[in-house]
Amino acid sequence: MSQFAINLIFVGGSFLLYIGIAIWAKAGSTKDFYVAGGGVHPITNGAAIGADWMSAASFISMAGLIAAGGYSASTFLMGWTGGYVLLAMLLAPYLRKFGKFTVPEFIGDRFYSKNARLVAVICLIVASVTYVIGQMAGAGVAFSRFLEVDSTMGLMIAAVVVFVYAVLGGMKGITYTQVAQYCVLIVAYTIPAVFISMQLTGNPIPGLGLFSTHVDSGMPLLTKLNQVITDLGFNSYTADVDNKLNMVLFTLTLMIGTAGLPHVIIRFFTVPKVADARWSAGWALVFIALLYLTAPAVASMARLNLMTTIYPDGTQSAPIQYDDRPNWVKEWEITGLIKFTDKNGDGRIQLYNDTPAFQDQAEARGWKGNELVVNRDILVLANPEIANLPGWVIGLIAAGGLAAALSTAAGLLLAISSAVSHDLIKGSINPDISEKGELMAARISMAVAIVLATYLGANPPGFAAQVVALAFGIAAASLFPVLMMGIFSKRINNKGAVAGMLTGLAFTLCYIFVYKGWLFIPGTNNLPDNAANWVLGISPLSIGAIGAVINFAVAFLVSNATEEPPVEIQELVESVRYPRGSGQAQDH
Amino acid sequence: MSGHSYDAEKYWKANLRLIFGSLIVWALVSYGFAILLRPMLAGIAVGGTDLGFWFAQQGSILTFIGLIFFYAWRMNKIDEQFGVHEE
Repeated sequence: MSQFAINLIFVGGSFLLYIGIAIWAKAGSTKDFYVAGGGVHPITNGAAIGADWMSAASFISMAGLIAAGGYSASTFLMGWTGGYVLLAMLLAPYLRKFGKFTVPEFIGDRFYSKNARLVAVICLIVASVTYVIGQMAGAGVAFSRFLEVDSTMGLMIAAVVVFVYAVLGGMKGITYTQVAQYCVLIVAYTIPAVFISMQLTGNPIPGLGLFSTHVDSGMPLLTKLNQVITDLGFNSYTADVDNKLNMVLFTLTLMIGTAGLPHVIIRFFTVPKVADARWSAGWALVFIALLYLTAPAVASMARLNLMTTIYPDGTQSAPIQYDDRPNWVKEWEITGLIKFTDKNGDGRIQLYNDTPAFQDQAEARGWKGNELVVNRDILVLANPEIANLPGWVIGLIAAGGLAAALSTAAGLLLAISSAVSHDLIKGSINPDISEKGELMAARISMAVAIVLATYLGANPPGFAAQVVALAFGIAAASLFPVLMMGIFSKRINNKGAVAGMLTGLAFTLCYIFVYKGWLFIPGTNNLPDNAANWVLGISPLSIGAIGAVINFAVAFLVSNATEEPPVEIQELVESVRYPRGSGQAQDH
Repeated sequence: MSGHSYDAEKYWKANLRLIFGSLIVWALVSYGFAILLRPMLAGIAVGGTDLGFWFAQQGSILTFIGLIFFYAWRMNKIDEQFGVHEE
């Protein structure tokens, strides 16, 4: 059977499964549509959060980022998991007790202000739309590589599948498809990793293999990797970073951004009790950790595998002939994600770090520049081919990458559509809308959001690559602080909250735009985007944490200078702090 | 909550104490051991590298899981003690 047929069976089979689940879990009420009826088991919800959270970025890109960055990229591992500690202790249980359907709804009620709710809706939509573009684009790449269709065509197929289960089933359909998608993606991620770990270290658990002995050399794996890459002029994999302030702030931004992302928070509204919200945060992190503990192993092993493929006889000997390159290199060359240029015309592939420090060595060996450019996003997708695994593993990876992209896209689309139908239409424009009307409005706004996301995924605006900075910066600087203050302080009032959100957001956006261009329009940046120009070496990616601090400070000062919130609001704060009665809270 | 406001205050204080303690550990393993204190832990070797590297890539994640389950377990107990748990 051809590889194409195998891929088609895996991807097609997984899609049929998702659609089958959607038909089984059709939403009958707004409560079904927004919070899956509110009766999801905490472990089920944990798995759904895992798929909701782990996007194309986690599945496809993260291992590549770590492989390239080594220790310094640990930020992603800690930042994208540490946020769950904050969610479990500072937000999820109380927002579940509050028992409404959306994040802006809590902000609007707690700060008795339509403006606050509106600002929250805008933050949510900007953060979620930018994020969803990346998912759709990721799905397009996976399609074009594995199903040999045009990536726009692939995107359309993905959009139709999401459309069916998200519009039909709402949160209820999404919850159960996300559980299935979690299973697909974790199996797809783990199997190649186990094989590679076995080959390199003899240890079947990749997370342990990372710290074990490399079988061929008898050295610890990481020592071997450091030796190979430093021989070729790259930085040591485990080297410490110079700017610890930036690393701390970047990690903190990712953590509080994670905790403030609405599509993750609303998943906690689906469990029956406050105690379940706490448990499901724990289960979510267990399910996420299965991938996140494997990712650093995949990263280091794939990097070592790549190096030994190019230098089969060691770094001191000649690299391989271009004509002898393995099949997977040829396959990926077609997509343009691997590029080879024979700069010194010797027919061999020189892969090294082309820096002034390495200049002498390169010249001595007759090298005229690095000849192989490997896009780091292909690392996970190419992993089974690099390790010579059977064809069905490749089919599995294709299905897994699509599961990761689609599950996150669906969660984001639900957050967007519920903000539109519940916060904008029912909350402001037409408060008297019937439940049936609201359900229809939710489905229509979901459909519109899918069309918009598909269009933007097919024609990504120039700033698509910057989404991480924007989505996490916004969530960290605007949403997380007001949510936390709304629960932990009775003194913060409407004026303080709105002022805090706006200043936190404005500060963060300005700092990002100064370096990345205003509205990401190329050439409009005021300063070049490099460490020498950053204030105290703080990168635009790390600024969300400072924005959050500003948000807290402004909200505190403004609230204390103005009147106390009304008594009923103080009672509302009191009530979200105590779990009893959350079941009734949602029956509204 | 149906109990006395005195109890309510004690319940909330117990929650805050638990959160505070947990977040100290949360910060210690990630910002501490994995980043700022890494040079101090450089002497402790773990599989070809040092303890700080392990905390950065795996140790902090494992600690986070432990923290959340500990918090959920303790807090659900405290809910019961103060009679604010759900049936």
